[in-house]
Amino acid sequence: MTSIEARGLRKSYGKTVALDRIDLRVEEGRILGLIGPNGAGKSTALQAILGLIPHEGELKVLGRDPWTAREALMTDVCFIADVAVMPRWMRVWQALDYMDGVHTRFDRAKAEGFLAKTNIKRESKVRELSKGMTAQLHLALVMAVDAKLLVLDEPTLGLDILYRKQFYDSLLTDYFDHNRTIVVSTHQVDEIEHILTDVVFLDSGRIVLDVSMEAYEARFAELLATPEQVASARSLGPIHERQLFGRSILIFDGIDRARLDGLGEVRTPGLADVFVAKMIATFPGREQAA
Amino acid sequence: MSADRKVRPFYWSVRRELWEHPAIYLAPAGAAAVGLLGFLVSTLWLARSVAGAVPKNDGLMMPYVFTALAVMVIGFLVSIFYALGALNGERRDRSIQFWKSLPVSDLTTVLAKAAVPLLVLPVVLLAVIIGAQLIMLVLSTIVVLLHGVDPGRLWARVDMRLMWTVLPYGLFINALWLAPVYAWLLLISGWAKRMTFVWALAPPLAVALFERLAFNSSHFIHFLIERLLGGFGEAFSVRGEGRAAIDKFSDIDPIHAFSSPHIWGGLAVAGLLLAVTIRLRRSRDPI
Repeated sequence: MTSIEARGLRKSYGKTVALDRIDLRVEEGRILGLIGPNGAGKSTALQAILGLIPHEGELKVLGRDPWTAREALMTDVCFIADVAVMPRWMRVWQALDYMDGVHTRFDRAKAEGFLAKTNIKRESKVRELSKGMTAQLHLALVMAVDAKLLVLDEPTLGLDILYRKQFYDSLLTDYFDHNRTIVVSTHQVDEIEHILTDVVFLDSGRIVLDVSMEAYEARFAELLATPEQVASARSLGPIHERQLFGRSILIFDGIDRARLDGLGEVRTPGLADVFVAKMIATFPGREQAA
Repeated sequence: MSADRKVRPFYWSVRRELWEHPAIYLAPAGAAAVGLLGFLVSTLWLARSVAGAVPKNDGLMMPYVFTALAVMVIGFLVSIFYALGALNGERRDRSIQFWKSLPVSDLTTVLAKAAVPLLVLPVVLLAVIIGAQLIMLVLSTIVVLLHGVDPGRLWARVDMRLMWTVLPYGLFINALWLAPVYAWLLLISGWAKRMTFVWALAPPLAVALFERLAFNSSHFIHFLIERLLGGFGEAFSVRGEGRAAIDKFSDIDPIHAFSSPHIWGGLAVAGLLLAVTIRLRRSRDPI
């Protein structure tokens, strides 16, 4: 089943085009990473998917138009934006009562189970919790909902590394199964790399790369070139080259790895490196900045 | 777990307003507490007044009336400031993104917020007033008994039957009367980024100023004042110059109230403003 299907999705704010006719298809059971620099349109895309903003073009989420059917959609979709959106006056027990009272798919016992593993007290107000604990609370509420699609918009922004790691670990071990779909946007590419099944790079409202991780490994290669072979490696058309300890590292897109034999060490590049390579490839002016 | 578990989004939306704004019940309760405190001191002289002759206006009803008035005035202020903040606060602290991530429609949310001044506060005010008056009545009875005076003399003169009929009816009609005002405040709350109070006042005052300067008349400002303060006048047959006190059952005038085009017109305007407010909540971004 298809969770999200967008065709020609476009959104503009005045003269600024935030999303420039993107096509996107996310199947059930996938974990998609939405990666892009600030202002790339990640949040706009997610907000359109959640029915928070009107849009142009075609968009179906779990078979529904999110803008006209937000309420019905939210029965099957959960959403965490950055940690600051939990109401600060709310007490933990109030959040549990409220979720229990409005959400058909909320399992209170499950949420209490998750909270029992944390230091969060039922009487605490959100304003008294640290950022990390607020994220834990929000995650506990969301993971207790039997949803089909979970949307995370920079969920770990401003959290320290312990909480960030814990956040994604519990998501994978306690929540994810193959009937669920997760879409996550983040800057911290390397932290989510290992959990993704698909990745989309977004830049200036356009999709720069849309690939499954299996295909990604076949498609991209990183060569740590031996000094004598750098020239011949360069002739094979790398999309990016950088220097590390005096040696050249070249990234290739869509090259047959056999052709790199004998030129140096070959491995699969990290998402962050391919991301930088792709961003610079689209706008060469960024090289100076990077 | 079944997907058709019973949920009550409207009920819980109202509950959450009470969690967020305890002033809805604390402020009226505070006003009543001050009234009770003052009354407590006055009981020092109570037995003498009860035992004494019966002048026409012996002031025995005064604490009951003033406490009710104070609670209602505070309730009105709470209603106004609640409505001005209700849809602004959630955008300001960005919690709207949390609320919108749940299966609760904008319609339900806005109606729940409108229900606070229209339904919840009248009920709260009524409960607080009657509660305070009951305490006063019990206290007075004890004081009178301690002084060896027949409490029947007290009860004959402190007759709450009229007031306890007038209050629920008056509070209800007054809420209907003020519905367009609250709806306007909610709309501004959902529309303005900040200074909701100024935005709510500016347009009507601008119209009034224009009318004054252009036509040297002040119909609009009178219309506004009537809309703000005229609710009880609409409910009882004590209209007219000087506005007499409501002092008999026949003053209760539901036929007039429910046939009043001003009430129905106001409700229609309120409905329209709320419809706009619901659309605004759907599309306004966090601030």
